[in-house]
Amino acid sequence: MTNHPEFIDHTGNAGRDSGYLLPSGAPVQLISPDGSPAPEGGYKENYSLPDHQMLLDGYERLVVGRRVNDQANALVRQGRMAVYPSSTGQEACQVAADMCLRPSDWLFPTYRDTVAILGRGVDPMEAFESLRGDWHAGFDPHQYNTGLPTTPLATQLLHAVGVAHAAKLRGEDTVVLALCGDGASSEGDFHEALNFAAVFHVPVVFLIQNNQYAISVPLIHQSVAPSLAHKAVGYGMPGERVDGNDLAALLAVLGSAVERARDGGGPALVEAHTYRMESHTNADDATRYRSAAEVAQWVPKDPLLRLQKYLADAGHLATADTERIAASAESMAKVLRDGLNAETVLDPADLFRFVYTEPTPQLRAQSSQLAAELAAGQSLEGALP
Amino acid sequence: MTTMAHKAQAETPAAEAELSGVQTITFAKALTLAMSDAMAADAAVLVFGEDVGTLGGVFRVTDGLTRRFGEDRCFDTPLAESGIVGMATGMAINGMKPIVEMQFDAFAYPAFEQITSHVAKMGNRTRGRVRLPLVIRIPYAGGIGGVEHHCDSSEAYYVHTPGLTVLTPSTVTDAYIMLRDAIASPDPVVFMEPKKLYFSKDTVDLDALRARYAAGSTAPSTIGRAAIAREGTDATLIAYGPSMAAALAAAETAAAEGRSLQVIDVRSLVPYDDETISAAVRSTGRAVVIAEAPGFASMAAEIAARIQERCFHSLAAPVLRVTGFDIPYPAPRLEKHYLPGVDRILDAVDELQWEES
Repeated sequence: MTNHPEFIDHTGNAGRDSGYLLPSGAPVQLISPDGSPAPEGGYKENYSLPDHQMLLDGYERLVVGRRVNDQANALVRQGRMAVYPSSTGQEACQVAADMCLRPSDWLFPTYRDTVAILGRGVDPMEAFESLRGDWHAGFDPHQYNTGLPTTPLATQLLHAVGVAHAAKLRGEDTVVLALCGDGASSEGDFHEALNFAAVFHVPVVFLIQNNQYAISVPLIHQSVAPSLAHKAVGYGMPGERVDGNDLAALLAVLGSAVERARDGGGPALVEAHTYRMESHTNADDATRYRSAAEVAQWVPKDPLLRLQKYLADAGHLATADTERIAASAESMAKVLRDGLNAETVLDPADLFRFVYTEPTPQLRAQSSQLAAELAAGQSLEGALP
Repeated sequence: MTTMAHKAQAETPAAEAELSGVQTITFAKALTLAMSDAMAADAAVLVFGEDVGTLGGVFRVTDGLTRRFGEDRCFDTPLAESGIVGMATGMAINGMKPIVEMQFDAFAYPAFEQITSHVAKMGNRTRGRVRLPLVIRIPYAGGIGGVEHHCDSSEAYYVHTPGLTVLTPSTVTDAYIMLRDAIASPDPVVFMEPKKLYFSKDTVDLDALRARYAAGSTAPSTIGRAAIAREGTDATLIAYGPSMAAALAAAETAAAEGRSLQVIDVRSLVPYDDETISAAVRSTGRAVVIAEAPGFASMAAEIAARIQERCFHSLAAPVLRVTGFDIPYPAPRLEKHYLPGVDRILDAVDELQWEES
């Protein structure tokens, strides 16, 4: 690395070729967009295609995930939800994240990762509770070993490091997979999380879902690094980049990083190249900052189409599979429709109940005040715009 | 890798000769004992932050903890406050009870987002299913001739944030029991330590203090309870943390001049003890609130407003405040003009419309 005599090798790594930290020369791809096996890529590791059963399982998760996105978008238009950040086109990253983890592992998602949250087994109505506007978060993280989606960017990456650190101190073999976007990689907490993970050598795999936009701002305004995966080098952890619309490649790359972390190999950074096919949320208008032609380029790279083609060509997608998977997706869509069309009853007293384990005297008084107002027929809804 | 390197350098665990019985100790030592006793009682209690390991903290408050408990239990982190609080949040989610040190008041600001957006809100957003038993220790306030960014009274930021418990001891006894109470709390606590008190001393019975935390103890928590620091009948001085010494000195001077001043130590800023403080003010009919922080939109402002709302018909005079000026904390040679002192407090007491009562 350096022959400078004043250089102090405090980690024992300095003599090692830092090339092992660098990502592969191009994003790892195992299945081409057209559904054929990708040519040998000369990547830093020998990634092999997952078996067909795993890919079929993944395909089903992709189809269900796409149906969740479509159904949720429709329910927002119908006014049944406050907001929905769609992940249409980038579901493969979330599906792969779920599939690489054991139930005892932890996932830390972002607000765009509802598909991954459902994939962890979270009850759909709990998963959608915040999006329908009933409460800020709807599920118990400990029940599913899944962190609550956080709206402030990159903050959850530090929580992931803490969960992993606690598990490591107790001698558990838990791995934590933390998701973030390309925009989040500019945040200070991204840097602090990766640095802490590396210094404490804890089992966290960071997955950047680089969907090219932070609301309207394209990646070139976030970073001029050779790739976001290259940032790993500065923290002393291995980086890798992968085609984020190729579920097979994602499973291989993430699977390798997760098992390495489980075996005590420390953290890793993976950047998945994907594309946000829809606006940031229903409140955004993506036509203001990107062209239809640009979006059209990504249509043929869809993660579902290529895996469907690959499995069909390999003779592993029977008509019965297609029908079963379609029924599974419709079943999930119905759960969402039924659940989100049902009226929920909210208890205003809950506003004061959970701020502290024991409500303070002041909160008890304010709760009584609200109860009295409600009893007197004054509606809170009437008081708010 | 790095952890291994650290382990190789670890000193042999040497049980500190633990103090017991009646001892004269510093405020800082009382905090150290609170942490080491809590760590001995519960393996989930961890201490980390900047310079808290080998060095024992820049104020030596964590001195000896790494030697006694090993570097898995008390360790240095990279120099990043948001990272410290964010990692502590994750550890608290996963069964640990972290105590983190922010080295100085103004150096805690990088952690503000983690504290206000996550630490404070986790219990509420999970409907009580995830509580964060986390203590964020912050040395704060001035009076030590400190340079810029080392003397802020930052309590208003935390007391304004629902979900945080905010405590600030002013005596050696309270340093021990309030930190034990903070560690025992299921909710996150911002624990504000007046740094000018670190080397103040008092004689305490450690066995009696520890007995409060023995199994089966029914000793009440200090959280949510103000303390009456001095009895008095003519007016009530309400202060906390770094301002308590000036308040008590003012009461002593006033007594020599024939005026009996009661002194309240708020000590639990959140939850705030309306009951004790309102009863005290009703008993005297006059109140002066003293705090070192700038007075505008401050804890002192809140206290004055609450007294006015609750004690209006018992008051013989408006509630007055003696606070820091609304300026950035001054450079060391000018701080004496800023800090609320005995004269300024007694001037305020003199203005409480005595001739009209």
